[in-house]
Amino acid sequence: MSDSINLKLKIWRQRNHKEAGHFEMYDMPGVSTHMSFLEMMDVLNDRLIREGKDPVAFDHDCREGICGMCSMYINGRAHGPLKGTTTCQLHMRHFSDGETVTIEPWRAAAFPVIKDLVVDRTSFDKIIAAGGYISVNTGNATDANSLPVEKAKSDEAFDAAACIGCGACVATCKNASGMLFLSAKVSHLALLPQGEPERRERVLRMIDAHDESGLGACTNTGACEAECPKEISISHIARLNREYLRAGMTGE
Amino acid sequence: MASSPKLNSHIPEGPMESKWTHHKSTVRLVSPANKRRLDVIVVGTGLAGASAAASLAELGYNVKAFCFQDSPRRAHSIAAQGGINAAKNYQNDGDSVYRLFYDTVKGGDYRAREANVYRLAEVSASIIDQCVAQGVPFAREYGGLLDNRSFGGVQVSRTFYARGQTGQQLLLGAYSALERQVAKGAVTMYSRHEMVELVMVDGKARGIIARNLVTGELERHFGHAVLICSGGYGNVFYLSTNAMGSNVTAAWKAHKKGAFFGNPCFTQIHPTCIPVSGDYQSKLTLMSESLRNDGRVWVPKAVGDKRKPEEISDEERDYYLERRYPAFGNLVPRDVASRAAKQACDEGRGVGPSGLAVYLDFRDAIKRLGHHVISARYGNLFEMYEKITGEDPYQTPMRIYPAVHYTMGGLWVDYNLMTTVPGLYALGEANFSDHGANRLGASALMQGLADGYFVIPYTLGEYLADDIRTPAIPTNHPAFDEAEKSVRDRIEKLMSIKGKQTVEDLHKRLGRIIWDYCGMSRTAEGLTKALAMVQELKNEFWTDVRIPGDVNEFNPELDKAGRVADFIELGELMIRDALMRNESCGGHFREESQTEDGEAKRDDENFAFVAAWEYTGTEPVLHKEELNFEVVHLTQRSYK
Repeated sequence: MSDSINLKLKIWRQRNHKEAGHFEMYDMPGVSTHMSFLEMMDVLNDRLIREGKDPVAFDHDCREGICGMCSMYINGRAHGPLKGTTTCQLHMRHFSDGETVTIEPWRAAAFPVIKDLVVDRTSFDKIIAAGGYISVNTGNATDANSLPVEKAKSDEAFDAAACIGCGACVATCKNASGMLFLSAKVSHLALLPQGEPERRERVLRMIDAHDESGLGACTNTGACEAECPKEISISHIARLNREYLRAGMTGE
Repeated sequence: MASSPKLNSHIPEGPMESKWTHHKSTVRLVSPANKRRLDVIVVGTGLAGASAAASLAELGYNVKAFCFQDSPRRAHSIAAQGGINAAKNYQNDGDSVYRLFYDTVKGGDYRAREANVYRLAEVSASIIDQCVAQGVPFAREYGGLLDNRSFGGVQVSRTFYARGQTGQQLLLGAYSALERQVAKGAVTMYSRHEMVELVMVDGKARGIIARNLVTGELERHFGHAVLICSGGYGNVFYLSTNAMGSNVTAAWKAHKKGAFFGNPCFTQIHPTCIPVSGDYQSKLTLMSESLRNDGRVWVPKAVGDKRKPEEISDEERDYYLERRYPAFGNLVPRDVASRAAKQACDEGRGVGPSGLAVYLDFRDAIKRLGHHVISARYGNLFEMYEKITGEDPYQTPMRIYPAVHYTMGGLWVDYNLMTTVPGLYALGEANFSDHGANRLGASALMQGLADGYFVIPYTLGEYLADDIRTPAIPTNHPAFDEAEKSVRDRIEKLMSIKGKQTVEDLHKRLGRIIWDYCGMSRTAEGLTKALAMVQELKNEFWTDVRIPGDVNEFNPELDKAGRVADFIELGELMIRDALMRNESCGGHFREESQTEDGEAKRDDENFAFVAAWEYTGTEPVLHKEELNFEVVHLTQRSYK
C-alpha cells in the first residue's frame, strides 16, 4: 500500500448560526496514510492560513478518543467509516486514493451550528443537570467496600458510563433523538445500588429535559448504536423505557 | 538555608500525623448565612476544578466555573487511564497512610513538601468512598468488592481503576456533582470561556477577565476568591500527551500578577507513549503505565539490529529494566524508565522506523495468563494502539517512547493552597506542591480530587472569614477597566502583526527547543543556548505571527496565539529554573550531576528547596522555600 493518497474534501462552511452555509471543495494532494483525520484537517488549515483564507473551524481536544469533543460527519456517517471510532482516532489509511470525502457538522435542531463544523451541545449538559447524578454531598460517603456490587452489574454500569457525550447518536438519528445518550446515564445509575433512592425521579426529570431541549423521540431504528464510537448498546434504551414505565406506575 | 521572607508555607505545628486533623479543627469557619454572600471563581473544570466547584457550592458559596471546552465534562482529566491511588489497604498487603506518604516523597525525589504530601495520603481513602458513592464504576472482584492493581515505584497494590478509563469515570463523577449544583443555581457555568486576566483590587485577587470564545467578547467577573484549576503546562513542548487546548494561560496571568511560580523545570516525561510517526504529528498518545505490570520492556542487545521482534530470540534481547533494576524491574518510576529508554536509543539500539522506540512485549503475559485476562485488563488500550499504529499488540510487541505527560511544577501555594497573591488559590496540576521532582503513577487523579473535595472546602474559609463584610465589588471598578484594557490592547497587537508564520509554526519551534535542551537530559551549555533561542523566538512571534479572521467571532487561531505567547514566556522561565538547579532530581536530569553508573545524583546540601520565581517584567527573581524533612530521611533513591 502506498504511504500517500490524493483526496478531494467537500467541507461544510458556515460563518455562524445566523448565516446560511454551503459546501466548498478543497484539493488535498499527498495525504500520508499514517496521519489522523484531524491531522489532515490541520494540514489543510495550515495551507488556508498561509493563503490568507479562513481556516475550517472544528471541535477537537484530547485527540485520543475520550473527551467527546470531536464531531465530524464524514461521508454520511458520524465519526466516519470505522466502527467504534471517534473522528480523532480515525486514520487516513482507511481512505482510498482519488476519493472525495464529504465533511459536515452534526445536524440537529438541538445542536445549532456555531461555525463550520462546530456545534453547540449544551443540551446534553442540561440533561445531566436534570438528574444524571447521585445526590451525595462531599463528605457524606460511607466506606467504599461497605456496599458490595455484583460484578456483572458493575461491569454493565461501566459499559453504559463509557459514553463520551459526543452527540454522534443525535447526529445519526433521523429524529435527532438523544435517547442513547440519556439512556446510558439512566442505565449506569439504575444498575448500581447507590443510584436506587433517586431512580424514579431521575428518569422522569431527565426525559423532560431531553424533550424540552428539542431532541426528538426514539423510534428504535438502531442507527445510534451502529454509529456510537463507544459502542453503547441500544439495550440501554430498553432499560430506560422500563425505568420510565416503572416510574410512571410507582408515582404518587 | 532559610526560606525567603516572602514565602510562608503556613505548615501547621505539631507532629506530622496530626497536623491536618488539628488544622481542620482550628481553621476559621464562615457561617452558612455568610457563605451565601460570597462569590468564588473556579477556572478549569477538570478533577480539581469540578470537585472544588461542586463541593464549595454544596457548602453554600456562590460559584462561577469557567472552562474553554464546550462542556465541563471534556477537561483533560478525562483522558487519564491507569488509576487512582488510595491508602485503603483492602489488599492486606501492608499499605498505610504512612507508606503512601513515604512512597510519594521518595518517588518525588525529596523535593515535595512533607506536610502537604502527608495530608494527601491521609485524605486519599475518603476520595474512593466519595467516588463510589457518586456511582463511579471502579473495577470489582467477583465478591462485589473493589479490585486493586499495582503501579510504578511502589511495592503494594493500592491503585483503584475503571478499566483503562479511570480519569473519565472520576471526572464524570465530579462533573455530575457539578451539574447537580448548576441545576440548583449554586454554580453558574461558563463553557467556551477562557480566563485572560486576573483582576486585583487592593492587593487581593478579586476577579477575572474572561473571553467568550464564541463571540470574542470580553467579560468581567467578580469573585471574593479566585481558584486556578487549569491543569499543567506540558503543551509548552508542543508535542505532549495533553489535549490540544491544554494551556498555561490562566496560571501565567496569575504569575504575572504576583503569584510565584514553583519549580517550573520539573516536568514529567512518561515512558510509555506511542512514538512520533511524522512531522504532521499534532499530539502524542499515552499508553497507560499499568501496562508495565504485565508488559516487559526490551531492545535488541546488538546495535542496529533491524530484524522483526519475533525473529529476535530471548538471548539476543536486553530486558534492560529487569537487568538494571532487579527489585522493581519493569515497575521502576517514570523518570527512571524514561531515561533508560532514551539511553538505549542513544546507544543505537532503538527500534522501529525512527529508531526512537523500545518494545513493550506482552508475549509472556499472554502465555502465562491467557488472551482473555490480558484483554480484560488492557483491551481498550490495545485497541487504541491498533487504531493509531495499525499493528496488533496481541501479535507483535508495542513500540513505545517517552513523551511529555505531566508537570510537577506550577503556581507556588502554601498549606492552604493559596498562592502568594491573597485570595488566589491553585489546585491540582496547576500547583506545585505534592509531587516534588517526579510524580508517581495514579497520583495525579488523587491529588486533583484531594485538593478539590477535601482540602479547599476547609482552607478557603480561613481567608474568606475576613471577607464576610466585603460586598461584591461592581465590575465598573477601575481595576476591571484597566484589566480589560490591557487584554484588549494585547489582542489588538496580536491581530495587527499580520506576519508570515502561523501560530503552529512558532509553537512547534518552541516545543523543539524545550524538548532538545530542557527535556529528558539537560546541561548548562544547552540551557544557556536555549535561553537565547527562546528569547529570539519571542521577538519573532511578536513581529511575524499571522492570525487569520476577526476578533469578534469564533476564532480558534486567535485563542491559540494568546496561549502560545504565554508558553514562550513560560519556556524561558523553565530554562532559567533548570539552569539554576545544578543537580539531578526526579525528572530533572542535569548531565553534570550523575553517579558513576549514570543514575541521577541529587545535591541536598545546596538544592533541598522549592524554587519560587517572582515575575518582575525583566529578570525573574528567585525565592527559596527550604524543605525540611522531619519524618522521611533523605537517601539517594534506589530501585535496584
